[in-house]
Amino acid sequence: MLDGFFASGVVQNALLISGAAAFLSGIIGVFTVLRGQSFAGHALADVSSAGGALSLLLGINSMLGFFGLGLLGSLGLAGRRRGDSDLAAGILLGAGLGFTALLLHFAVSMRGVSGAAVTVMFGSLFSAPPGAGFLVLASACVGFLVLIAIHRPLLLASLNEELAILRGAKTRLLAGLFLVLLALAVTLSAMSVGAILSTALLIGPSAAALRLTRRPFAAMALAAILGVACSWGGVALAYASYNWTPGRVWPVSFFITACILLTYAASSWRRA
Amino acid sequence: MFAPYLLDGWIVATLVALATGFAGFFVVLRREAFAAHALPMAAFPGAAAAALFGLAQFAGLTAAALFGVLLLLWLKRGQRNDAATALALAALLGLGALFLSLSGRYANAVYGLLFGQVFATGPADIPPALALAILVPLTLGLLFRPLLLGALSPDLARLRGLDGAWSNVAFLAILAMAASFALPVTGALLVFSLMTGPAGAACALARSPRAALLLSIALALALIWAALALSILTGWPAGFFTGVLASALYLAARIRRTARPARQSRGSV
Repeated sequence: MLDGFFASGVVQNALLISGAAAFLSGIIGVFTVLRGQSFAGHALADVSSAGGALSLLLGINSMLGFFGLGLLGSLGLAGRRRGDSDLAAGILLGAGLGFTALLLHFAVSMRGVSGAAVTVMFGSLFSAPPGAGFLVLASACVGFLVLIAIHRPLLLASLNEELAILRGAKTRLLAGLFLVLLALAVTLSAMSVGAILSTALLIGPSAAALRLTRRPFAAMALAAILGVACSWGGVALAYASYNWTPGRVWPVSFFITACILLTYAASSWRRA
Repeated sequence: MFAPYLLDGWIVATLVALATGFAGFFVVLRREAFAAHALPMAAFPGAAAAALFGLAQFAGLTAAALFGVLLLLWLKRGQRNDAATALALAALLGLGALFLSLSGRYANAVYGLLFGQVFATGPADIPPALALAILVPLTLGLLFRPLLLGALSPDLARLRGLDGAWSNVAFLAILAMAASFALPVTGALLVFSLMTGPAGAACALARSPRAALLLSIALALALIWAALALSILTGWPAGFFTGVLASALYLAARIRRTARPARQSRGSV
């Protein structure tokens, strides 16, 4: 059975997408939790779902759709003070979801895309187009390189903004760049577990890692490892579930989310 | 526009808007917007579990809503507020994805659960909506003082011996219940818009808490009526108009407020 698992092109693609997405999301997630921007991250995911719906409607690459709208959303959030950002996130989220409702409606009624809502919102890892794996991997690498370039001032600004300003860091520029990275991480996660579940990949592993270690770099490494392990475990379980209920595969997004949340529960149990 | 088969939709939507307008005021005041977005996701596992196990939808929604609140409270014990909320949201959605898939109605049910199908409501949806429209204002009215004081001045609330922890739990429970009952109208995602859009606008415009509360309810009613009317006229989903109009409403109120900041000080939030 394991031979079949690794030989399958669909599975290879799924492993590549979910692994790369979990890697970048884990690292970006640590910054997100430290900066208290979980809501902003989720709002970007909801806005990007409109892009996913648009790509179904137009028949274009779904990553392009997710990221395009995610980028638009991060522009909307950029330049807000931290206290104000919850309100801005709320506005964006509501409007974004409204458009998602409309575009999904059109995708179903005009193009007859069946199960459009499930595909966009809860992911379709096993039916991703063959080339998508390498595209996601390449995007994750680009995001990672940008993050490496700005990680020192960004970390300082996330932990102590006043000190970062004193040291001459351009905190507003950093915050804007971070939002773009956040949009990218959310996009890749949306390719893996779907737009509204992408928050699980972004916040779950990093929240667990931050419970296990207080050192930021260790937390990032741990979050990336936990995220990738949970994603691959989820893909393997979903593949195996075909044998549990004959003829039907349990949703892979559920398994990935479940693995992440169990990891988080275990991390808080160990801490207690 | 008011054809007999649409009438149930209008009635249910009106009742739901009454309740969410009321609850939304406290959401904005207590800055629980993210919780107001996460807790409605309990409707996902709730509705799907009810279908899976053959329970009444009402029972499934209630059980899931309370489960969501407990989960959120447990997560909040050892985690920053926003990260805990995000985790609760992911857990509820993940469970919902599983139950929906197992119950075999996955693809068809998802759109309605997410974005609502107000014109698919029937006479059976009116009693729960009526109960909601009565119970939410009643309970929140009883908790008005602790909730208000706890939001505006936690120290003063503690000084007066008002227990913030319990009123907060009660508040979250009401929020979750309200969201479950709003499900047929707005779906799990856009109940957030109906709660925060009008209430946010009202809190930006009104000068006193009571005026803000009344304005919030009035705006919620206006919003849902406009969304339904536009939906009937265009044939587009009502969820689109709810989401976009709520955001526009809030944005307009914010702009108006910043345009005349000097007169807004006392009591506005």
